[in-house]
Amino acid sequence: MATAAELAYVQREEEPILPAPRSEIGAFAWFRQNLFSSVGNSIVTIIAILFLAWVIPPIVRWAFVDAVWTGPDREVCLPEGVGACWAYVNAKFAQFIYGRYPIDERWRVNLTGILFVAGIVPMAIPSIPFKRLNAIFLLGVFPVAAVVLLTGGHFDISFDWLFGLLVVAALLSGLVVAMTTDVRERGLAGIVTLLAIAAAVVAFAYGDGRDTVGYFAGDVGRGGLVNARLVILVAGSAALIAGLVAILRTPGEPGAGRVGALWIGAGVLELVFFALTIDFGLRPVETQLWGGLLVTLVVAIIGMVTSLPLGILLALGRRSKMPVVRFLSVVFIEFWRGVPLITVLFMASVMLPVFLPPGVTFDKLLRALIGVALFTSAYIAEVVRGGLQAIPRGQYEAAAAMGLKFGPMMRLVVLPQALKIVIPGIVNSFISLFKDTSLVLIVGILDLLGTVQQGFNDANWTSSKTPATGYVFAAVVFWMFCFGMSRYSIYTENRLNTGHRRR
Amino acid sequence: MKKYLVTIAAGAALCLTAGAAMAGPTLDLVKKNGFIRCGVNPSLIGFAATNDAGEYQGFDVDYCKAVASAVFNDPSKVKYTPLNAKERFTALQSGEIDMLARNSTWTMSRDTQMGIMFTGVNYYDGQGFMVRKSQNISSALELNGATVCVQTGTTTELNLADYFKANKMDYTLVAFENNTDVNNAYDAGRCDALTTDASGLYATRLALQKPDDHIVLPEIISKEPLGPVVRQGDDEWFGLVKWVGFALVNAEELGITKENVEQMKATALDDQAQLAKDPSYKAKGSPDAARLLGVDGTFGQSIGLGNDWAFNVIKQMGNYGEIFDRNIGAGSKLQIARGLNALWSKGGIQYAPPIR
Repeated sequence: MATAAELAYVQREEEPILPAPRSEIGAFAWFRQNLFSSVGNSIVTIIAILFLAWVIPPIVRWAFVDAVWTGPDREVCLPEGVGACWAYVNAKFAQFIYGRYPIDERWRVNLTGILFVAGIVPMAIPSIPFKRLNAIFLLGVFPVAAVVLLTGGHFDISFDWLFGLLVVAALLSGLVVAMTTDVRERGLAGIVTLLAIAAAVVAFAYGDGRDTVGYFAGDVGRGGLVNARLVILVAGSAALIAGLVAILRTPGEPGAGRVGALWIGAGVLELVFFALTIDFGLRPVETQLWGGLLVTLVVAIIGMVTSLPLGILLALGRRSKMPVVRFLSVVFIEFWRGVPLITVLFMASVMLPVFLPPGVTFDKLLRALIGVALFTSAYIAEVVRGGLQAIPRGQYEAAAAMGLKFGPMMRLVVLPQALKIVIPGIVNSFISLFKDTSLVLIVGILDLLGTVQQGFNDANWTSSKTPATGYVFAAVVFWMFCFGMSRYSIYTENRLNTGHRRR
Repeated sequence: MKKYLVTIAAGAALCLTAGAAMAGPTLDLVKKNGFIRCGVNPSLIGFAATNDAGEYQGFDVDYCKAVASAVFNDPSKVKYTPLNAKERFTALQSGEIDMLARNSTWTMSRDTQMGIMFTGVNYYDGQGFMVRKSQNISSALELNGATVCVQTGTTTELNLADYFKANKMDYTLVAFENNTDVNNAYDAGRCDALTTDASGLYATRLALQKPDDHIVLPEIISKEPLGPVVRQGDDEWFGLVKWVGFALVNAEELGITKENVEQMKATALDDQAQLAKDPSYKAKGSPDAARLLGVDGTFGQSIGLGNDWAFNVIKQMGNYGEIFDRNIGAGSKLQIARGLNALWSKGGIQYAPPIR
């Protein structure tokens, strides 16, 4: 009988590493594991393949093989068997992008686009530094530059405008008076209020009484304009200096920073208005001439940028303990959510001119922009409110225990968490806003889709193939933008994910 | 009750002052602006549509250009405002535009109740029928027993019923909610005839699979007179726009075209010079042409323009026939027959009062 030791087998060298079996690696294994892992799966796979084989070839044939790519007019698309009439898209492409924007001024649109990309791309990539400067450029400098470039600038700011601005200033500083507890601050804000009211009275008394709002240079008499601009320039500079002095001379004193910021804000605002009145020698281009993708992007981007902060404020207002604020927020949100966007736009285009005094025109695109922004802000408000409700009560209490007031508590503790949760909801609203821009069609502003449709009625291009081609083109463009937004949102969600995601 | 009355009175007064304020001299404003603000259809085949360069062109657009030519001798001095059907009259009432050339039907209620005035008829539209050539039909009266595609809930449907009843004919109705469906059904052969406004029929024909296989029958069974519109209360401007339209028709009647207008004027001037020398001289040109082209009389001044107003219009735009031809008629893709829009002397009803 052999001993256990004799029978024992001790492996002294390593087994050679064998390649994985055929059934575990390579394309074959992948197919087996993913597509044909069970009878049910195999059936679904086969049906899907058959479906694709049935659907894709005709689409490819229509869109590429049988398509007509270039040509002078509809004749090239008329022969039987012709698929997509890309010649139509080709001929009208510039119009789809710029609308009726004058051809020799289109570089301004391009430049605006380049500036925007130059601002947004580094903003969107987290690893690029100088985010603060970047934000100042994107939210401060770029909008002014874009307005000047696209419209031509040289706005006619009459005394009526100035009067309005000063009234707003008076109201704001009056608000500070009402809310602050600091005696010095109250005194300063009180002086600002009185000054603004006095200036408003002067502006009103010496105003030229013109009731044209937002007219471009050259349309109307320019009497009084120089003085109004001068007042804005002087007041703006003075406010800026006063703000800096307030901050620099009394460092550390409570309230000084806030008053300084108020002054600086007012100064910057007035200087922006001044910048808009400068004649840069650009030919004015009325928004009437804008169209195509330009309008789609202008409406969508301005809608997004204005509706997000407004929506956050409304959401906070709706959860506020102050009854008046809460009531107003609820009324606002419920009103705009309860009215269809089409109705809002119709009101803006058909009803508004009836109520305005005769002779006053109000830019149509601006009307639509305001309508779209307010409408979207109501939706964003509800999305953000959902996020606020998801933040546990403990977070608020902890922040309060740290001695944070309402503002810092929201800014530092609650909103960063709440907004992170609602990214999908916000992006959802933005994507639907992007697609809703086409509704401006019904008030006579032609966005991308409107321009494409308009082209169907050019006798040079009317044919039975044009509409299908045009709609496919518009759909592809819309899809690219919406898909881009969706992907970036997912990326941001993952980047900010700090443990809430289910794996 | 008294309070109500006061409110109503105040409202009425507001309306009146609004109307009165509108009644300003539009021509002065136009001259000051340096352009005419013209409301047009955003896109209607042949009447107003943008070309590949994004410029508006078409039959209605040419009316804006004609007025601009009369005022500035420059058809490019027009600022186009694309307007949809709902906002067109509001835009005119509120002073957003100076004139509207947007295939609008002249009806009594619009003319009398809306604070607007139609300056004339530039296109006599009306409901017609389109059929396949292969059917060998040349008149709508041969449509007995036909299947007719029509859009529901429009006056088109009522007109159709009336017409067939009046002519003691039968038909089968194939009705759809929306216009595209109607056209597709006709194209797919679901009905023998398609009916809608004639200008629409020609436009639809272009979008059919085989446009050349279809013809529009000559009968027009309803009245849709289309024309330019101005705001009520500025008679001078109303007269100007109205007479630019008449000048175009008169020019066609007198045989004055874009080509020969210079020559016609030269002839008229020559006649005038010869007549001054020799009263028995026999004029080569017609006195009507001399008046239209501003050689004789001061007709331009009576509408606030120079005497060469009509000369400029014809020089820039051509006469009515030329405008019709190049935008919607034989010289265009639409191929609309002149029909009712032929001159009164040629079997149509386009007729302009004389310039005297």
